[in-house]
Amino acid sequence: MKALHILLLSNTQWVLFSTMLLGMAAGMIGCLAYWKRQSLMSDALSHAALPGIVISFMLLGYKNMFVLIIGAAISALLGACLIQWVTVASRVKEDSAMGIVLSVFFGMGIMLLTIVNRTAGGNQGGLDNFIFGQAATMVRSDVDMMMFLALIVILIVTILFKEWKLFLFDPSFAQGLGMSLRGMNLLYTFVLVLTIVMGIQAVGVILMAALLIIPSVSARYWTQSFGWMVALSAIFGGLSGAIGTVVSALGTGWPTGPFIVIVAATFFAVSLIFGKHKGWLVQKLELREKQKEAKRPSQQHLSRKILKEEG
Amino acid sequence: MTVLHVKGLSAAYRKNTVLDNVTFQVAKGTLTGIVGPNGAGKSTLIKTLLELHPRIAGDVHVFGSPLKKVKSRIGYVPQRGSVDWDFPTNALDVVMMGLYGQIGWLKPPRSTHKKKAMEALDKMGMADYAGRQISQLSGGQQQRVFLARALVQDAELYFMDEPLAGVDAATERAIMLTLQSLKASGKTVMVVHHDLQTVDQYFDHVLLLNRTVIDHGKTEEVFTQDNIIRTYGGALRRIKGDESLAYTASK
Repeated sequence: MKALHILLLSNTQWVLFSTMLLGMAAGMIGCLAYWKRQSLMSDALSHAALPGIVISFMLLGYKNMFVLIIGAAISALLGACLIQWVTVASRVKEDSAMGIVLSVFFGMGIMLLTIVNRTAGGNQGGLDNFIFGQAATMVRSDVDMMMFLALIVILIVTILFKEWKLFLFDPSFAQGLGMSLRGMNLLYTFVLVLTIVMGIQAVGVILMAALLIIPSVSARYWTQSFGWMVALSAIFGGLSGAIGTVVSALGTGWPTGPFIVIVAATFFAVSLIFGKHKGWLVQKLELREKQKEAKRPSQQHLSRKILKEEG
Repeated sequence: MTVLHVKGLSAAYRKNTVLDNVTFQVAKGTLTGIVGPNGAGKSTLIKTLLELHPRIAGDVHVFGSPLKKVKSRIGYVPQRGSVDWDFPTNALDVVMMGLYGQIGWLKPPRSTHKKKAMEALDKMGMADYAGRQISQLSGGQQQRVFLARALVQDAELYFMDEPLAGVDAATERAIMLTLQSLKASGKTVMVVHHDLQTVDQYFDHVLLLNRTVIDHGKTEEVFTQDNIIRTYGGALRRIKGDESLAYTASK
């Protein structure tokens, strides 16, 4: 009853719609990250967004979503550059570089957040919500911006679909055809950061990566076509966003991010067990089928007979 | 007519010079085998020619122009191991990628493109596998898909990186027939090749490479025992009982 009541509120409907679009965009970008073998990169970048949010709040003195998002984007991009630089210029491998950037940036963000909470007045309360996400605090202008950004991301993935496929499958052949790998990598980082920053209010910096990673790995269990993988991942992500938002709206002050992630994880668990391709159940059944075949008496008799005749 | 003109080309990986002052010219309508020991820079040569790997010195002219202007006239078959065959797509889709230049960026492929791709698959004896997942193809079949993708590019100059590595005998025959017919239709083909036994049978020209050009020219003139020892010399001394040593001894 309560769920129905909440759903009927027009603000909730808009928030719901926007988290659904966010989930769809994240699901699509997640597929690109999956085949770029950079799933963990999204985790590093979303954590790296936190100091940018707090610093832009400190500079501005009040909460303006647009400015905070710009700050988050700059901070995440800085993190990306640092990871790139450390990997190229030192003997540190990429995973370690991501680990360093992730923890240092996040630690710095938390430290700054503590300072802000101590010094500034009451209007900074909302900042804490960026850690775990609080979709309910979103106002209409936030929702509009999020939907706008999500549509840009979805458009970039769909229009360039054929190019992404080539870029992810065989980059050196793509380069031979005249595609600029640097350009594609830049565009990829751009859409990834865009997805992360639009998700920080609803899902939060800690769990945003889950929305990028989980839907794509779930989709992998159901299809052998890249197009369907992207579509399914968008559906899983969109549903996770929408359902998670509804559930979190049932209680006052419940964070949205964790619920979205739990829903996404449920889709993953179902895919893992029942998935059509290499799902647990299918593999078990196929194995049993093969075992039965091997034990079939007619064949054994036949082979024994042949052996006898030959011997 | 010279289609490829390479002068003083050098390339390096970090501190190690892999190619040093490589100079050669390739005439139109030839089928050249690039031969040399492991680490001789064979793959690097192709990648550097295609500007997939940065060069530190030298000039490359293709059809008398810098590479950028003539990219659409060049076909490339990378090493089979350079891509992830687990990627969710089918054989036809991979062949279509060879047409992306003709289709144009941002545009969806049309049915004529699909037809072209099917024809190329058919030429490689792979028409029945068009809808097959690439992960479910054998190594030889994957290599044929790569060849078909190069064929649809309808290029004039082809670079192929070890197309015969680890393929079955039937695929090797199919690929060699394709290369011969490319040559017969006036295309120029350069192939990185590792099997010394078949060099004189497969290629009309040989480029012996070991960080620099040891010798280059018509197979019967260049592919001599002396030259092979000069190319593989160090490697032969290091690995005793190596296949190539046995080969040179028997010749």
